[in-house]
Parts: sequence; C-alpha cells; structure tokens
Amino acid sequence: MPDRKRRLKIFLLHLVLLPTLLYTFYFFTLGPKPWTGVDEAVVEKIAGEHGREASPPLINTDQGDLLLFVFLLAGAVGGFVAGYSWRKLVSEKRRDS
Amino acid sequence: MAWLACAAPAHAMHIAEGILPLPWAVGWFAVAVPFVALGVRRLNALGREDLSIKPLIGLMAAVVFIISCMPIPVPTAGTCSHPCGTGIAAILVGPLLSILISAVALLIQALFLAHGGLSTLGADIVSMGVVGSFAGWFAFRGMRAMGAGLGLAGFAAGLATDWATYLTTSVELASGIRGDAPFLPLVGRIVLAFVPTQLPLGLLEGAMTAGMVLLLYRKRPDLLVRMKVISQQEGVVHA
Repeated sequence: MPDRKRRLKIFLLHLVLLPTLLYTFYFFTLGPKPWTGVDEAVVEKIAGEHGREASPPLINTDQGDLLLFVFLLAGAVGGFVAGYSWRKLVSEKRRDS
Repeated sequence: MAWLACAAPAHAMHIAEGILPLPWAVGWFAVAVPFVALGVRRLNALGREDLSIKPLIGLMAAVVFIISCMPIPVPTAGTCSHPCGTGIAAILVGPLLSILISAVALLIQALFLAHGGLSTLGADIVSMGVVGSFAGWFAFRGMRAMGAGLGLAGFAAGLATDWATYLTTSVELASGIRGDAPFLPLVGRIVLAFVPTQLPLGLLEGAMTAGMVLLLYRKRPDLLVRMKVISQQEGVVHA
C-alpha cells in the first residue's frame, strides 16, 4: 500500500477513535448514581421486599480495605495463571512448528 | 497486567448468603452436583488421553474466575455487574468442564471474596455454570451448524451465556423468595430490573467471546481442531 494512503487511513482511524474514546470516558461520568452492583440494586432489594435479607459471609473479608486487598491478591494470582497458561499455549505452538 | 489493575470488590449477580430459604438452597445443590461430578469425570478422561490441553484448561479457569468477579460499570443504568466467561470456556473445553471450572471459581469467590454465598453456591453453579455453559455451547454449535463464521458464532454464544445466566438467576430468586406472590409476574419484574445492566453487558460478553475465539484461532488453530471447535479442514486452511 502506498505510504500516503496508509497514513491517510491511520489519520482517519484516529479521527474516529479518539473522539469515541473521549466521549466514552465523559459518558461514564454521567451515571445517575455510584456504581451499585446489581446484587444490591436488584437481588437484595427485591429479596428484602419479600422478607429475605442477606446474611454476612462465613469468612467476612468486607472489613475496611481487606476486601480490596483480597481482590487484588485474587486478581494477581488469576492474572499470573492466565498469563502463564497463555505463554505455554503459544510457546507450544512455536515448538511444534 | 490490565487484569491486575482491575482488581476491585465486585458487586454482581451471584445470589448472596441467606437470600434463598434452606429447602431451595438444598434443591439447587441437588441439581448442580451431578453436573459437577460429570465435569470431574470429563477432566479425568481428558487428562488420561491428552495432557497437552492442560494449559488451555488453566487459561479457561483463570478467565472464568477473573471475568466473573470483574465489575464493569454500565453508564446508562448507573449500576455495575460482570460477564460470566462460561460461554468461552464451554466452547473451548466443553460444557461439562466449564461447569467444573465455574464451580471452583464460585467456591473461591464465596469463601474469600464475599461474592455469592456458600448456602447459595448450588443456585449460583446452576445459573452461571450449568445454564450459562450449555446456553453458550448450544448457541455456538447451532450457529456453526447454520454456517455462521467463528466470530459471529462466538458472539452469539457470549450473548446467550450472559442472558441465560441472568434469566436463570431471576427464576431462582423468584422461586425462593416469592412466598404467596404469583411466580411469573415476580420473575418478569426481576428480569426487567436486570435489563438495563445486562442488556449492554451481554453484548460486551458476546464481543469478548468472539474476540477470544478468533484470537485462539489465529494463534492455535490445531488446538481448536483437537477440541472439535473447528473441522480439520478449517484448521489446515488457516495453518
């Protein structure tokens, strides 16, 4: 593809992508309320109306920032397993070929 | 790395501890257990015949675990929820293994992440694992049988997984909490309450599933042939 045509394509792509991304971020700020999970907004709300309340979990990590830490740990372990498995999958292919 | 940055307490569709009355909770366990047992049997059988798919199973386990506790805000609704990930797992490793993977993911989330309950684990396995996996698998196979491309079939699978999971959650919730209230109107009300969040998230899950199937097709078409996702001929054409 001639260089000029390629540059024009990249320019047009940016012309569409950048405003779309900017608008997406702006759109997120228009949310009517903080991001309540559907478990609270739907499940627990409707269950509460029918007399069923959620009870605390067996291991209650929802104290201070502990839950955030546990999620970070879970994300790190999950991310490591996913990355390691993906690398193995792709490197196996290279070994085969 | 992006996954690590996403770590945040998730608020999502899993039914929390104590919401379902005990008989219903036990009933959903009874439905889930045979499927999980079949998943264990399938894992053992696969392990005996072909050890090389272990990384694929590891990848799918991580994907289902991370996706099903990754909160995604939906601006139109002002709420957040998460995709399920069981559709892509069902396509790549089969619905029975996908159920086993989701059962393990849900157990860890219920134990340590205050995300879903232990007493409601059976109901959560049925909605996300059993129904989500089979809905995605049937949608994918059905679309492929009708001649759809991998991307379109993957998109339909992701969409079917997400919407079927939330529809099942609505039925589980309504049947457990309704008391004397009529069943169908309550199911309808819960489904309608899910729609503003899950309608766009279902489309997102469809796009994610299609993207993952196409990525694996580009990187490892041989694996897709081995897992009978594509035919030998399609694999050869691509390679």
